Amino acid sequence: MIRTLALLLILGLTACSDPRSHTQAVYMLVDTSGTYSLEAGKAQVIVNYLLGTLQSGDSLAVARVESRSFSEKDIVAKATFDRRPSQANAQKRAFSDTTKGFVSAVKQSRYTDITGGLLQGAEFLNETGAGTKTIIIFSDMQEELDKVTMRDMPMNLKNIRVIAVNVVKLKTDNVDPRRYFGRLEAWQKRVQAAGASEWRVINDLERLDAIFSKS
Amino acid sequence: MTTPQAWMIWPENPALSILVLALLGMVFLYAARRPMHELLHAVGGLIGAPLRVAARWLAATANAMRQRNKAVLLAHGRQEVGNRIEREFERLAATVKRDLQGYPTLQRKLLDEITRIEEDYRKCGEVPPPSPDWVEAVAAVANVKSGSEMVQSILEEIKRSVDKMHEKTLGEYRRSYETRHKILEGFMPFWRSVDKTLTEVDKKLTELQNGAGAVDAHMEKYEAINAKTDKAEQMLTVSAFTQFAIALLVMVVAAGGAFINFKLIALPMSEMVGAGDYLTSSLRTSEVAALVIILVEASMGLFLMEGLRITHLFPSIAGLNDRMRRRMMWIALVLLFTLAGVEAALALMRDMLIADKQALLQSLATAAPAAQTDGWVGRIPTIGQMLLGFILPLALTFIAIPLESLIHASRTVGGVLLAAGVDGVALLLRIASSIVRRAARVLITIYDVLIVVPLLAERLTKSTLATRRGAVDLDDSVHQVR
Repeated sequence: MIRTLALLLILGLTACSDPRSHTQAVYMLVDTSGTYSLEAGKAQVIVNYLLGTLQSGDSLAVARVESRSFSEKDIVAKATFDRRPSQANAQKRAFSDTTKGFVSAVKQSRYTDITGGLLQGAEFLNETGAGTKTIIIFSDMQEELDKVTMRDMPMNLKNIRVIAVNVVKLKTDNVDPRRYFGRLEAWQKRVQAAGASEWRVINDLERLDAIFSKS
Repeated sequence: MTTPQAWMIWPENPALSILVLALLGMVFLYAARRPMHELLHAVGGLIGAPLRVAARWLAATANAMRQRNKAVLLAHGRQEVGNRIEREFERLAATVKRDLQGYPTLQRKLLDEITRIEEDYRKCGEVPPPSPDWVEAVAAVANVKSGSEMVQSILEEIKRSVDKMHEKTLGEYRRSYETRHKILEGFMPFWRSVDKTLTEVDKKLTELQNGAGAVDAHMEKYEAINAKTDKAEQMLTVSAFTQFAIALLVMVVAAGGAFINFKLIALPMSEMVGAGDYLTSSLRTSEVAALVIILVEASMGLFLMEGLRITHLFPSIAGLNDRMRRRMMWIALVLLFTLAGVEAALALMRDMLIADKQALLQSLATAAPAAQTDGWVGRIPTIGQMLLGFILPLALTFIAIPLESLIHASRTVGGVLLAAGVDGVALLLRIASSIVRRAARVLITIYDVLIVVPLLAERLTKSTLATRRGAVDLDDSVHQVR
């Protein structure tokens, strides 16, 4: 009876539904290079926050940033949550378990290919067709590439919000803070030049609600 | 660029220049006085007259609206009071049928009891003791000369007999009284029965009298409405305003209930129609679906009330035959109960979804989970939600009654407010028209003040000419007289 009623309602309402997408898609890059891999435990806090905040119909993917990150293989877990809240909750539990496994057994990589991760993330987000697309970069934003990897190409981050989280200061940053600010500024310019709708840095993990707040 | 210096005839002597310019201006203004006056009059009339016409038209419209409102109000009041009188008569007829139908039996019973009491009363009438026949004999014996022993013995014998008879008579008399007392004692139940019967009759008659009084009051009202008196109109208007306020208050309370109901089913509806679909940027499809269910329930409630003939919002339903109406009523009732059941199930689902979400959040949180309340205490909110989910749709059925009152009263209230608004606009237009006309007059006066010097000269010239003409006329008349 409930199903029939619901079906009738859907049939009646789809005729006048809003064609714009109101869903959100989040792609989170987790840096696993060098000493930053020790910060991976904090990544789980952010994943948990995202799982608790995202709604049915939203998409979430967590990918590692390693020597070469422009690959589907680097995606640790991804899900588009079911339209039914109960199913979505089950998916979130499974997602959380997967990322816990990844965080507990993270392997250090020699290089850091943030650009490759951004390219992969943009591709994933555009495929979801979500209304709001966000890339979260959990990294110190220090990109290091091997000699073979080519990343000096223009990116397309149109309508994508890019948020750098937990951008820790390196030893050299402590010596000369200009390096830290210069690094962030360079990334901001690069991301905005790629068409990103927003660039934001969040270092305080107690203020994660800023991830979804409008600037 | 024009500078003030350019206007100066003698730039080195501004005062003289201004004076000459003012005099020239005065002369020009004096020359243009009549056409300027006419122009100002015309402009005043041009703006003021349409405003006045509009004000009159609005006042007439407001009056027509008031008349129309009055007619509708009186017609509605007549119908309402007529219905009430009809119901009072029905009630009276039922009372008369119920109470006075048994009145002949009651009267017969009362008469029987009275007859019986009368008979008993007659029975207990006092019978005087028979006068002793031997009194005269005793008197004769007493007249016999004394001294005789025989007489004495006779008298003693008589005394003995008299004493014996006296005792016997007294005994009979006492027995007789005893019997009468018993009869009187037997009266009591009859008296009580008569008293009870009469109290009953009195009560019924009072009820009847009260009913008749209510009919009288309604009839008075009906007559006043029929006579179209201002008092009746005022009374009906006040009544409509009161009804409107009360109905509005009840509707607000009902809206609160509907909101709670909506909150109960909005979340579980997302489980059925999906949580990710939006109708507008902030309106989810699941929320609209929940709203639709509530509105369908309200409609079913409305049809139920129509079927029960409690409300009369739909003439087509009121015009149905009894069989069809009853069928429709039952369909509405079944649907209403089904929807109430669905809502109870949705309320349960809501509780389960919230619990699931809470469990997920707790598993994601780093902090230790809060202690769960187990047992029957923990089930109270669930049961409460289910009960609310079931009861609220049924309770919302009754909003049909205040809704009908609100619709009927809003016609009167809206009409009165609209007429008052139109009247207010008419008044404003009238004031504006008056201001425009007066402003034209003020401008004319100011104009004359500006050319006061030529005007004074004109007046002086006219009076001089008039004096001369008067002197010439006087000379002519003197010559004529001579």
